[in-house]
Amino acid sequence: MSKFKLLTDGLVKNNPTFVLLLGMCPTLATTTSAINGLSMGLATLFVLVLSNMAISAIAPVVPDKVHIPVYIVVIATFVTLLQFLMQAYTPAMYETLGLFIPLIVVNCIVLGRAEAFANKHGVGESALDGIGVGLGFTCSLTVLGLVREILGSGSAFGYNFIGGHDGMLAFVMAPGAFLCLGYLMVLFNKYLKKN
Amino acid sequence: MEYFLIIISAIFVNNIVLAQFLGICPFLGVSNKLSTASGMSMAVCFVITLATLVTYLINKYLLVPFNITFLQTIAFILVIAALVQMVEIVLKKVSPSLYQALGIFLPLITTNCAVLGVAINVVTKEFAFVPGGMLNLGQALVYAFATSLGYGLAMVIFAGIREHLALNNVPKAFKGVPIAIISVGILALAFMGFSGMVK
Amino acid sequence: MAVKSNLTNMVLVLGLTCLLCSAVLGGAYVLTKEPIDKAAAEKTNRAISQVLPHFTEVEYNEADHYYKATDGDQLVGYAIESTVVGFGGPLSLIVGVTPDGVVYNTSVLSHAETPGLGAKCTTDEKFMGQWKGFNPSIKKLSVKKDGGDVDAITASTITSRAYTQAVENALNVFNKLEGGQDNE
Repeated sequence: MSKFKLLTDGLVKNNPTFVLLLGMCPTLATTTSAINGLSMGLATLFVLVLSNMAISAIAPVVPDKVHIPVYIVVIATFVTLLQFLMQAYTPAMYETLGLFIPLIVVNCIVLGRAEAFANKHGVGESALDGIGVGLGFTCSLTVLGLVREILGSGSAFGYNFIGGHDGMLAFVMAPGAFLCLGYLMVLFNKYLKKN
Repeated sequence: MEYFLIIISAIFVNNIVLAQFLGICPFLGVSNKLSTASGMSMAVCFVITLATLVTYLINKYLLVPFNITFLQTIAFILVIAALVQMVEIVLKKVSPSLYQALGIFLPLITTNCAVLGVAINVVTKEFAFVPGGMLNLGQALVYAFATSLGYGLAMVIFAGIREHLALNNVPKAFKGVPIAIISVGILALAFMGFSGMVK
Repeated sequence: MAVKSNLTNMVLVLGLTCLLCSAVLGGAYVLTKEPIDKAAAEKTNRAISQVLPHFTEVEYNEADHYYKATDGDQLVGYAIESTVVGFGGPLSLIVGVTPDGVVYNTSVLSHAETPGLGAKCTTDEKFMGQWKGFNPSIKKLSVKKDGGDVDAITASTITSRAYTQAVENALNVFNKLEGGQDNE
């Protein structure tokens, strides 16, 4: 497998949101705007890359029966680290994303990549895999956030283009999250997925 | 009165799946059949209530006194993982029939973000209708139990819808998960009618 | 895959991982504590300076949740935190009251109101503007629908009522403070 393919696989073929259906909770909850989706994606990317690297490094010495608890502790450590950093340097974003930052611990993407990839590959490859999958996740979140923001608030990345009017509010609320994700999946199935 | 408000708010107004987006993965994963959906709901209900009890006590008597609340995430997830394992072992020994009903769902629950989400919410979130804002142990347990009832409610309704969906002929691109998620969206629209009910 | 499991190496690896991770986090906590506290302090300072005129020092009273702001020896006013139940959940305000009992300004600390409706309490200029210099001894503190002098946000009477209630609670705290000082 080439290095480049490692990176691009996560974007379309193994896209965590639209193909693997992983990490649904943050996907739905934090995509009220493009910026929020982007931030959540980057936060997950941060944890994913670091935990992938750490786990690929320690995997050879971890006994089989305790590997899940050990991985969870490692992931939780990086998540807490991320919480400190966000509280210190981006407190407003930390408040917006709220509960979903600590919940990265139970995001199936992170543990899934550790199980499926990082414990069988080297540190460098695992880092690339983390970046690829993380970017795929970030892209889907940003796209979903953008669609919801355009429909729901009539703005894109905070730039309002309908001049003071309200958008279709349902799309920034809970039902809109499900509806947008459902229809985006349909589009993804129709045009991007190769059977 | 507070208890009543907590229950209504946790089941309907802030439904854990349809308004708070927690526990979506198992919600989509095991809602194909009504029977598995109700089994999963019961297992979740059991674990959420038990996990909230334990994490609440750990937070109050261990993390806060020693000023190490920054270890909250790591401590909670470890406790939940260990708890799920223990419940599995105990159930196997004590009640084989219950184990048969819930057993296959238990390992899935560790990574169900609803459990960790509720545990963190209980010790950090402010509830406007509770005097002082923070829940005490009794209220926390009621909140956890009611929240998981809300989870069961959403799950059972959705499994019912899905059983009907499976019989219908939907366009190819919509098949499977996309049409399911769109249905959840419509269900969530219906639940939005409850918002503002608890004053 | 990895090493064969036996009790010793299982306990050893799990124990070592936990120990190492806690140590890393302990270190990180100490390192980031200062910037985190600074960020939190900046946030409260910004909130207070929005609702009160120029001040140099603040003092927090934990029992009644207010900040006493002073400029040298001069009392500038009180920034009082007030939380009520809004439409979607807790609605927290900070209300600046100058010593003459007039509201200087108000600002929302956190809310869970419906986007585009109740959430306008943070953006609607007409609604927010009316609190600047609101004098409770001249104007009646309740929304117009209830016979008062507060203009409600369109289609969000419940949020507007809650907001008004929060201001009233803050003024009650202020009156208690001032009343207490008169007795001394």
